[in-house]
Amino acid sequence: MAGPIRFTLNGDALTLPAGTSPTMTLLDWLRGPGRLPGTKEGCAEGDCGACTVVLENPDGTRTPVNACLMLLGQATGRAIRTVEGLRGEDGGAHPVQQALAAHDGTQCGFCTPGIVMSAWAWTRGGGDPHEALAGNLCRCTGYRPILDAMAAMEDDGAPPPLAPDAPRAIVAGSQRFFLPQAPEEALALRAAHPGAWLLAGGTDLGLRVSEHREAPETVICLLGVPRWRRIEVTADGILAGAAASYARLLDACAGDADFAPVAALLRRLGSRQIRGMGTLGGNLGTASPIGDALPPLIALGARVTLASVRGEREMAVEDFLTGYRATALAADEIVTRVLLPRPPKGALLTCEKLSKRHDQDIATVGLSVLLTFADGVLAAARVAHGGCGPRAARAPGAEAALIGAPFDVAAAERAARALEREVTPMSDLRGSAAYRRRAVGNLLRRMALRRVGVPPEVMALDAPGVVA
Amino acid sequence: MTTGVPVPHDNALAHCTGAARFADDLPEPPGLLHAALVLSPVAHGVLGAIDAPPGVIVLTARDVPGTNDISASGKGGEPLFAEASVQHHGQPIAMVLAETRDAALRAAAAVRCAISPLPALLDMEEAIARESFLMPPQVVARGDAASAIGTAPLRAEGTFRAGGQEHFYLESQVAIAVPGEDGEIAITSSTQHPTEVQHIAGRVLGIDYTRLPVTCRRMGGGFGGKESNASWIAAAAALGAWRTGRPVKLRLARKADMAATGKRHPFLFRWRAGFDASGRVLGLEATLAADGGHSLDLTPGVVFRAITHALNCYDVPAVRITAMALRTNTVSHTAFRGFGGPQGVLLMEDVIRGVARGTGLAPETVRERNFAGGPNDTLTPYGQALEGDLIRRVWAECRQDAEWDRRRAEIAAFNATHPFIRRGLGSFALAFGISFGVRHLNQAGALVHVYTDGSIRLNHGGTEMGQGLNVKVAQVVAESFGVPLDRVRITATSTAEVPNTAPTAASTGSDLNGWAAHRAATTIRGRMAEVAGALWEVPAEEVRFAEGRVFVARPGDNRAMGFADLAHRCWMERVSLSATGFYRTPDIHWDPATMTGEPFFYFSYGASVAEVAVDLLTGEHRVLRADLVQDCGRSLNPAIDRGQIEGAFVQGMGWLTCEELYWDAEGRQRTLGPSTYKIPGSRDVPPVFNVRLLQDAPARQDTIFRSKAVGEPPLMLATAVWNAILDATGLDRIDLPATPDRILTALSARGS
Ligand SMILES: Cc1cc2nc3c(=O)[nH]c(=O)nc-3n(C[C@H](O)[C@H](O)[C@H](O)COP(=O)(O)OP(=O)(O)OC[C@H]3O[C@@H](n4cnc5c(N)ncnc54)[C@H](O)[C@@H]3O)c2cc1C
Ligand code: FES
Ligand code: FES
Repeated sequence: MAGPIRFTLNGDALTLPAGTSPTMTLLDWLRGPGRLPGTKEGCAEGDCGACTVVLENPDGTRTPVNACLMLLGQATGRAIRTVEGLRGEDGGAHPVQQALAAHDGTQCGFCTPGIVMSAWAWTRGGGDPHEALAGNLCRCTGYRPILDAMAAMEDDGAPPPLAPDAPRAIVAGSQRFFLPQAPEEALALRAAHPGAWLLAGGTDLGLRVSEHREAPETVICLLGVPRWRRIEVTADGILAGAAASYARLLDACAGDADFAPVAALLRRLGSRQIRGMGTLGGNLGTASPIGDALPPLIALGARVTLASVRGEREMAVEDFLTGYRATALAADEIVTRVLLPRPPKGALLTCEKLSKRHDQDIATVGLSVLLTFADGVLAAARVAHGGCGPRAARAPGAEAALIGAPFDVAAAERAARALEREVTPMSDLRGSAAYRRRAVGNLLRRMALRRVGVPPEVMALDAPGVVA
Repeated sequence: MTTGVPVPHDNALAHCTGAARFADDLPEPPGLLHAALVLSPVAHGVLGAIDAPPGVIVLTARDVPGTNDISASGKGGEPLFAEASVQHHGQPIAMVLAETRDAALRAAAAVRCAISPLPALLDMEEAIARESFLMPPQVVARGDAASAIGTAPLRAEGTFRAGGQEHFYLESQVAIAVPGEDGEIAITSSTQHPTEVQHIAGRVLGIDYTRLPVTCRRMGGGFGGKESNASWIAAAAALGAWRTGRPVKLRLARKADMAATGKRHPFLFRWRAGFDASGRVLGLEATLAADGGHSLDLTPGVVFRAITHALNCYDVPAVRITAMALRTNTVSHTAFRGFGGPQGVLLMEDVIRGVARGTGLAPETVRERNFAGGPNDTLTPYGQALEGDLIRRVWAECRQDAEWDRRRAEIAAFNATHPFIRRGLGSFALAFGISFGVRHLNQAGALVHVYTDGSIRLNHGGTEMGQGLNVKVAQVVAESFGVPLDRVRITATSTAEVPNTAPTAASTGSDLNGWAAHRAATTIRGRMAEVAGALWEVPAEEVRFAEGRVFVARPGDNRAMGFADLAHRCWMERVSLSATGFYRTPDIHWDPATMTGEPFFYFSYGASVAEVAVDLLTGEHRVLRADLVQDCGRSLNPAIDRGQIEGAFVQGMGWLTCEELYWDAEGRQRTLGPSTYKIPGSRDVPPVFNVRLLQDAPARQDTIFRSKAVGEPPLMLATAVWNAILDATGLDRIDLPATPDRILTALSARGS
C-alpha cells in the first residue's frame, strides 16, 4: 500500500524518486529538485503569499494554497499548477499574466507569481477581490493596479487535469507519512502511533517544517478521510467533519442565513490560501486562546466528537478546551466532527474579531455572543471571548448580567462591565491588556448600539455581522 | 519621443510568468555551501564561548582575515560578527556552513553561545537622560527662537513619538559568493549598493576591490533596507567562500532578516512654539531624537535629513532645532525610503495642530499662513530657497481635487448622527529636498555600447529594485539615439562595468544615472553624426537622429539611413561605438560647521488629503479616500511614477497605522515575521484613491529632461492619514503608529 509521492504538476503526471522526504515542503521541492523557481519564498510562514500555487480540484474548482506550508505528502494525489504552468492558448503568457503586466501590476515582481496564481484561482472562484488577495502581500505597488488588472481578467475555462491516486503511505528512510482513507484505519494508526504528528491542513503544524526545519518521523494525515471532510447542513445545524477545509465550511455558512455572522468571521480567518487547507479540527487541536473559530463554536454551543479505537465520546467545545493550548483529547483520539447547532429562531448572533489589520491577521480579541429571547427578554445568553485569557471561554458574569432583561444599550453596558471585570487578558505584541479588556466590552456595547439602528453603513468596519 | 510616455516596467511580463530570476532563483553552482547565521538571543551581554555541534563549519569574528568591521562610515565599531560583547537581540555572532540549507539552519539553531547578560538600554528617554549618543547632537538655528517664543502672544508645546518600520521587501537578503581564479570572489548580491558590497567584502577579507566583482540584476524590493545591510550579508558569504574555497549562498530566513537587519529609525519629538492669533508661528524650538540602535550605520544621514526637513514647506522666522542620534541596545537602524525625512516632517504637523487649538483656527488655515513663500520667507533655516509658488500650487490643486469644503459638511452631518463611527479629514503638504546629503555620493556613471546591428547595450551604476529605474534610463538612451525603446537592452548592474558608484537611494536613481547614460549616449551619437556628416558632406550638427533613422536636417534634403546602417558604417570607418558617461550634481554644498548651505539640487513638492473613519469603540479605522498631487517635473514615465506614488503612499500609511515593531521588556524583538508585523493589505488601500502628477511643471533646474525624482516624497503624503485620524476622533495627539490599541487607549484616557 505504500507508494511514491505522486502528483500532477502543471498538467503532467509526476512521480518523485523514492527516498524523497514526504515532509519536505512543496515550495522547497519546487525551487530545489523541481527546478521551478518561479514560485517564491517570502516568509515561509504562510503569510505573504509569494509561494502561492493552485490546486486544480477534480470538480473544476481551484484552491490557492501556500506551497511553503504544504508538505509533499499532502500534495500527493493532487493536481497542482505553478506560475510556470500558466500558459495562454498560443503557448505564450496567460491572459491573467498579460493583464497584470499591462496594468503595471508589478514593480519588483517578487510577489507577482503568487498574485498571478491567486488571481487565476479567483477568475474561477469569484468573490470579493480583496478577499482573494488577503493572503498576498505586495510591498511595492499599493495594490491598486493589481485590482485594476483583476477587473480585466476572466475565467479561461480550462478544465482540471487528472490527478493520480494517492498511496496509503509514503515511506522514505525512517520517515512514514500515512494517508489513511477509512476512519477505522486512521484511528488504528493513531492508536499505534500516539507520538506521530496528526496532520490536517498543516497551517499550524506546517510551520514546524517550513520555519523550524523539523522532519517528523511519523505523520498521520487526515485529509484523505472522506468522511471527516464532509459537511452537512441540516435543520439542526451544520455538521462539519473536523478535517473539512475552512473554505468549504465558509461556503456552507454563507449559504445559510442563520450562520451569516459565522461566515463573516470565517472570511477573516487567514486567507483563501489558509482556508483552502486549514480545518476546524486543527483550530481545536491547537487550542490557541486566539483561535478564531473557538468563540463562535462556544457561543453556538457547538459539540465535538472525539473518536478512538476505544469508541466515541462527545462534549461541548468549552469543555474540550481545558487550558492554554490544552485540550481533553487523549493520546489515541482524533476529533472527527463538530456540530454547530442552528441558532434558535429570533436569536441574535454576533461573531466579532479585532486585529491590527482587517484581513489575514491573528485576533487581538474575539467575541461571539448568542442571545435567545422569550417574550422580549433574554432567556439565554452565551458570551464567549478569545484573546482575553489562557483559553477561549464563556463569560458567566456577562451572561448573568444579561439574562432576564431586554437587550438594550443599558443591558449591554451592564454586561460589558461584568465582562471587563471577569476577563484576564495579558499584554503582548498584538495589544495591551487594557486595550483587550476595554475593547471586548465595547464589542458587546457595539452589538446593542447596532441594534437600535444606526445610519447607513459607511464601510466594512461597520459591517453588521449580526442577524436577528 | 520615448520619454514622457507611460511605458510598462521592462520586466513586467517576465515577473508575471515567473521567468524573471532573482538571486536565489539562479542555478546553484556545483559544490555550493549554504550558510545560516547564529544570532544573539539577548539584547546585551558579554560574549563567552561559542559551542558548535560537531561536523559543521562555524565562522566567527576570529575567522575574519581582514577587518571585522562593516561600518558604512568606515569609522569602525560595527563588527560583522560580535566580538567580546553582544549589543542587540538578533546580532550576528557566527555563521554556519553546510551542504544543504536545512542542515545549515538546524546547525545554526544548535550553536550555543555563552552570554552573561547585561542590562539593556532600550528606552529613548533613558538614552537621552544618559546622553547615550552615537554622534554629537546637531543644531540648525536661525534667529533667537527662545525670545521669539517668549514674546509671542500665544504658546504651545508637545511631545510625541513615531515608531520605526520594517522594510519588508518581499525578497529577503541574499548573496552568493563564488571563488574563481587567482583569489577572485564573484558576488551576486541583492543590493542597492554594489560598490559598497565590494568595499565591505574587501575590508573584511583584506583583499583588493579588483578581486571582488559584484553584480545585481534585480532586487525583490529594497526601500533602503538593502543599502548598507546588503553589504554585510554579502561580505559574510564572501568570507565563507574565502575560507572554504567553495561557493557560498547566504539567504536569510524572514525571521533572521527581521531580527538582524536595521529598520526605519524610531523618533521622539519635543517642541515649544510661540505664535500669534492669526496662526503665524513666530518661534520654534524642537528636539528630534532618533533611535539609531546599537551602531552608527547610516544614522548621520538620517539625522541630517530629519533636521533639514523639520520645517518641511513652512517658514518659521526664529527656530532652533536640535537633532540627536541615540545609541540603544536595538538593531542598528538604517536607511528607509525618506531617510529621516518622513520623521522630520511630522514635527510641523504636531505644531500646526497645536497652533490650531491655540487659535481656534482650522489646521488647514494654519498651514496656509505658514507656507514658505508668498508673504513669508522662502529660505529654509539652513539657507536654501523653497519655491513657494509650487507649494501653493500643489496645495490648492489637491484641495480642489478633494472637494474639501463639500466633504467637510457631509462628514459633519454624518458624525452628528452616528453613535460610534467618526469620519475625519486630514491634509498634508510637502517640500522634499533631492540629492544625497553626503556630497560625494551625488555622482553616477554609465556605459553604453552600440553594436553594428544598431542594438544598444546599456549599463549604469543604478540598481533595479522594482522602481522602474532601468526602463526610465533606457527611455533616456532611446531618446538620445532617436531609436525605439526596444533597441536598448538593459543589463545587470556590475562593478566591473561601471565602477565606484553611489547607492541607488535618496530618490536620485534616474536623476543621476539618467544623466550619466545620456552623456554616454550623446558622446557616441556625436561620433556617429561625424561619420554621417562626412558621408553626406554636411556639418555633424545637421545630422539628426529620430525614429530609428538618421537624416540631414535640411529642407529638401532627403538623404537618410537606418540607425543600424550608420552603426555598421562607423565600425567600417573604425570609429568607437562605446562610451562611458559621468555625471555629478552641480551646485550643491553644505557647511557642517554652520549647518548651512544648499545641500539639495532641487525640491519635490506634493500635497494630500485623506479621509478616514474610526470606530470609537474599538479604535479600528479605515482610510476611505485619498487625493494626492505630486510634482514629478516633466515625468520621464508617468506610469512608473504613478506606481511609485501609490506604493509609497500605502507604505507610508502602513508606517503610520498598522506597522508596529514590538520589543519586549528584555529587548527582544517580537515582531519577526508577517504573522506579527502587519503591512497594509489590498483592503487597506483607500477605495477612492485619486493620484495626480502635477501637470505642466517641468523642473526649473537642469535635471534630466526636466524630470523630478519620485521614489521617496510620496511616502510622506500619507501623513494626511494621521491628521485625519485626529480630526475624526478629536484627539489632540496620538503617537505613531496609530494602532486601534493606541486610539482606543487615548479615547479612554480622554473619557469618551
Ligand atoms: C498565515 C496563517 C494565518 C492564520 N490565520 C489564522 C486566523 O486568522 N485565525 C485563526 O484562528 N487561525 C489562524 N491560523 C492558524 C491555523 O490556520 C488554524 O489554527 C487552523 O485551524 C489549523 O488547522 P489545520 O488543519 O491547518 O491544523 P494542523 O496544522 O494540521 O494541526 C494543528 C493542530 O491540531 C491538531 N489536529 C488537527 N486536526 C485534528 C483533529 N481532527 N483531531 C485532533 N487534533 C487535530 C494537530 O495535531 C496539530 O496539533 C493561521 C495560520 C497561518 C499559517
Ligand atoms: S512564503 Fe510567504 S506565504 Fe509562503
Ligand atoms: S511588486 Fe514588489 S512586492 Fe509586489
